[in-house]
Amino acid sequence: MTATINKIAIASAAALAVLAASSSGALAQKKYDTGATDTEIKIGNIMPYSGPASAYGVIGKTEAAYFKKINDAGGINGRKINFISYDDGYSPPKTVEQARKLVESDEVLFVFNSLGTPPNSAIQKYMNSKKVPQLFVATGATKWNDPKNFPWTMGWQPNYQSEAQIYAKYILKNKPDAKIAVLYQNDDYGKDYLKGLKDGLGAKAASMIVAEESYETTEPSIDNHLVKLKATGADIFVDITTPKFAAQAIKKLSEIEWKPLHFLNNVAASVGSVIKPAGFENAQGIISAAYLKDVSDPQWANDPGMKEFLAFMAKDFPEGDKNDASVIVGYGVTQTLIQVLKQCGDNLTRENVMKQAASLKDFRTEMLLPGIKINTSATDFAPISQLQLQRFKGEKWELFGDVVSGDVGG
Amino acid sequence: MSAIEETVTEAAAVEAVPKKAMTLGYGTSLAVLVLLIAVPLLVKNFIIFQLTMLLIYAVAVLALNILTGGSGQFSLGQSAFYAVGAYTSAILMEHGGINYALTLPVAGVICFGFGFLFGQPALRLSGVYLALATFALATAMPQLLKLGAFEYWTGGVQGLVVTKPDAPFGLPMSQDMWLYYFTLAISLAIYIFSVNLLRSRSGRAFMAIRDNEIAASAMGIDVALYKTLAFGVSAGITGVAGGLGAIAVQFVAPDSYTIALAISLFLGMVVGGVGWLPGSIVGSAFIIFVPNIAEGISKGLSGAVFGVLLFLVIFLVPHGARQGAIVVQHLIGKLRGN
Repeated sequence: MTATINKIAIASAAALAVLAASSSGALAQKKYDTGATDTEIKIGNIMPYSGPASAYGVIGKTEAAYFKKINDAGGINGRKINFISYDDGYSPPKTVEQARKLVESDEVLFVFNSLGTPPNSAIQKYMNSKKVPQLFVATGATKWNDPKNFPWTMGWQPNYQSEAQIYAKYILKNKPDAKIAVLYQNDDYGKDYLKGLKDGLGAKAASMIVAEESYETTEPSIDNHLVKLKATGADIFVDITTPKFAAQAIKKLSEIEWKPLHFLNNVAASVGSVIKPAGFENAQGIISAAYLKDVSDPQWANDPGMKEFLAFMAKDFPEGDKNDASVIVGYGVTQTLIQVLKQCGDNLTRENVMKQAASLKDFRTEMLLPGIKINTSATDFAPISQLQLQRFKGEKWELFGDVVSGDVGG
Repeated sequence: MSAIEETVTEAAAVEAVPKKAMTLGYGTSLAVLVLLIAVPLLVKNFIIFQLTMLLIYAVAVLALNILTGGSGQFSLGQSAFYAVGAYTSAILMEHGGINYALTLPVAGVICFGFGFLFGQPALRLSGVYLALATFALATAMPQLLKLGAFEYWTGGVQGLVVTKPDAPFGLPMSQDMWLYYFTLAISLAIYIFSVNLLRSRSGRAFMAIRDNEIAASAMGIDVALYKTLAFGVSAGITGVAGGLGAIAVQFVAPDSYTIALAISLFLGMVVGGVGWLPGSIVGSAFIIFVPNIAEGISKGLSGAVFGVLLFLVIFLVPHGARQGAIVVQHLIGKLRGN
């Protein structure tokens, strides 16, 4: 009796296997998860259009403009992008609500480029438990490169710690006996940079860093911190500040006649919004690191990638400010996503989206500096991990040295 | 007392609400309860989550309503108490490994103490001055939570991730649904407690102080004690709401508890009707759903649209949902009369 049942079971299993094989053969070209069909790909996004970080909302607007341009040109592999972007006001509980709305109510294929460290931290566990990609998050925190624990979350921009480590390497090599003064913003971004700097300096961190000062974003001016730092007699100044404060610092340094070697973080390296207002004469010799081309820098005037970007701004996003670094980030990250979707072909499952995002090989969006390439793998969830050092001379940045990479895991 | 100070306190005084008018009739209450129990069985998990947040904010608005509607004191610092409650629950759950349900009474007690202590200096202030003092508390709280000294416990700027509880006893319901009913039970208990509180001797003392402080003290009411007590109770209930919020959102971070939250809660109270406890849920619905509606109308101008909607509400129904309820009551009465 049992033997017969076994035989039947085996036979039916075999039949099922054949059936499965034939049907998967027929469907091999097209596979979809929720949010993707023959005609449409639904992409979710969460941005602070209102609230304290609303200046970054322009990233979402750039992305919407770029997707519109793609759709007008016929979409990706014949599918139109349906880009659904919600406002969270940079408030984590609201981010959770919006993420759940995107996943459970709008049923998007994945969430793309949601902005800010606290908002993304709030939804990371949820996204991973739902197995919905949280792709190319718009924050430089180091913890997004953690494919082992969070296989559905991936960053995009170089993380803060890698950048700070590059400065540390340079300092150790060229000025090993320096006394370093650090000014940082008292939040996750500032602290992440500081950690990278200390890790990079290693055992010498304690003896080399002679002063650490932090400021709050609510302070109107950081002058008193700079005066304090000058008094320590440091000869290197590591400046971990956002644009408004960086411009103040550059100006103030020359006013109080403190002339340390000045390292300025990439966040505030814009010629148009930081250096020019602070005065070119005050900014000579500042060292920074970059990965994107700066629109206000004349050396890219005839660059084809730059021309393409300017054409996009003129035709598809005329209301945007082309000198705003956030716009370039939005442009570059969208191009990266489109590459991922092209690689996905007709297999638009969430698993394949992550798989393709994790197999970018030497991809370039042409707003990246020459020589910088986007590479990811199953164990490397940090798409851009290269930067190049640059020194300010005359009215522009001069790149020097090689492209340096500094992968740091989360 | 100078003339200016007198006018300020007078302007800020809350319109007297007779205590019967503070609640709904039994029939209506039951209908609302049945609705609250039944709805989650019919909707998606995402909506259940929103409804859970609705109840949580309703509890926080209710707490403010006891303070303002009951004892006539203003507070723009409710977000601070909410934050303390949220962090208490989160730290106990994640560092102490304590069951989520047990963290709520702790959050309540700690916030009660915190509110009671804050009520002491607040005694000397009234009207707009008190509002400003509590405003300072709300502004300071996110920065205090970022302090390096507490970073091991609070997670600093990165915040703390909280594990969401499963339904107990193997009940066949999703985490969201369980959390909703759990929140509903607690909200209900707090609502009944609050209604009874305001009907009790203490509640009458609150209202006497609200209506006329000098007369109240002439009647033998210990004004200082009852004013601080009102602060304590309000903060304690807000703390429980904060704890529930932390569990539902699964994350606490300083950015979650800014002054914007305090203002939202204040807004919720005004829209729901100051001193009318059932209005709390209407006010809560306003602060959760109207921003979404505003965003749907215009993304770039969501703040402006929200402002216009708020203005309409205040212009058309200045006494909030209570006014709406009274109108409905009259209509029903008329229909019955016919």
